[in-house]
Amino acid sequence: MTEPAPAPTPRELFLGFLSIGASGFGGVLPFARRMLVERKGWLTPAEFTEVLSLCQFLPGPNICNVSVCIGRRFHGLRGSLAAFGGLMLVPFCVVVALGLLYARYGHRPEVDAAFDGVAAAAAGLVVATGLKMLDKDRRDALALVFVVATFVGIAIFRWPLLILLLVVAPLSVLIVWFRRFRKAAP
Amino acid sequence: MKPLDIYITLLGQFALLSILAIGGANAVVPEIHRLSVHDQHWMTDTQFVDLFALAQAAPGPNVLVVSLIGLQVGGLLGALITTLAMCGPSSILAYTISNAWDRFRERPWRKATQAGLAPVTIGLVLGSGWILTDAADHSWAAYAITAATAALTLFTKIHPLWLLAAAGALGLAGLV
Repeated sequence: MTEPAPAPTPRELFLGFLSIGASGFGGVLPFARRMLVERKGWLTPAEFTEVLSLCQFLPGPNICNVSVCIGRRFHGLRGSLAAFGGLMLVPFCVVVALGLLYARYGHRPEVDAAFDGVAAAAAGLVVATGLKMLDKDRRDALALVFVVATFVGIAIFRWPLLILLLVVAPLSVLIVWFRRFRKAAP
Repeated sequence: MKPLDIYITLLGQFALLSILAIGGANAVVPEIHRLSVHDQHWMTDTQFVDLFALAQAAPGPNVLVVSLIGLQVGGLLGALITTLAMCGPSSILAYTISNAWDRFRERPWRKATQAGLAPVTIGLVLGSGWILTDAADHSWAAYAITAATAALTLFTKIHPLWLLAAAGALGLAGLV
């Protein structure tokens, strides 16, 4: 094991997460890892993986959870607020500026025409994200049934998410649980 | 000032979404769409997908699409409230639970929960893709752009910003 870097101050946490938030296009997690593990040495690779697995287990935007957990680890509530604030400050300002420009010029025919293209591409990015997850997380037929059921419920029938999750998620978890339980039993 | 009701609606709805966002922000796009376009009539399909595209083109976490929804509905204060509502409850949960993680990460129920939720998350993200495509694409050219972007993202390492820019240029040229 190499000597661990000294613990960051809240100010350093804020600045570190500021640069993470400002640099990530299309997903911030790879930047976060590079910054926190490789450049700053605040966390070992194993520690980062540990934090990430917790944050992916929990609901909510994963990278926000990462900032909260890492901030807490070093400075409790102050650290969490510093890291989260740093993460969100620049992207929030940029996105609000873009939103204000859109509100002002969005109705112009040429802007409208350009957005017809950009929006179609943005939809394609999400389709690709979903397909990648499906490919990486290739599972048995039963898991696929739940992928399809969720998709049909949300996209075709347009059920409210809360209702869908209350029905589908516990069922999926219970089935996994019983299959593992049965496997574990002699 | 907008009526207080709007801010309360933004706060309540997005705070709930924060807890429902299993697997992150992409999983709740269908619900945000349903809420913004169909339930509350805050915006049209086209405005919704435009804002989504803006958030994709900006640096930072994907979750910032909710800031744009809030901005559209309730100005700067709306953007702040919506963003904090979307991140708040899940952050509080993360803050509270991170200490206990060591104690439960190896438990079977934790593994079963994660394994059981994974297919649901995938279904939700695919649903997001479907709903965005349905809302954004009004011509064969638009469907072709969606398909080409998805394929190029899957099979090459082209930066997504280039794909968005190229699609914007096609749109500007009047081809979409």
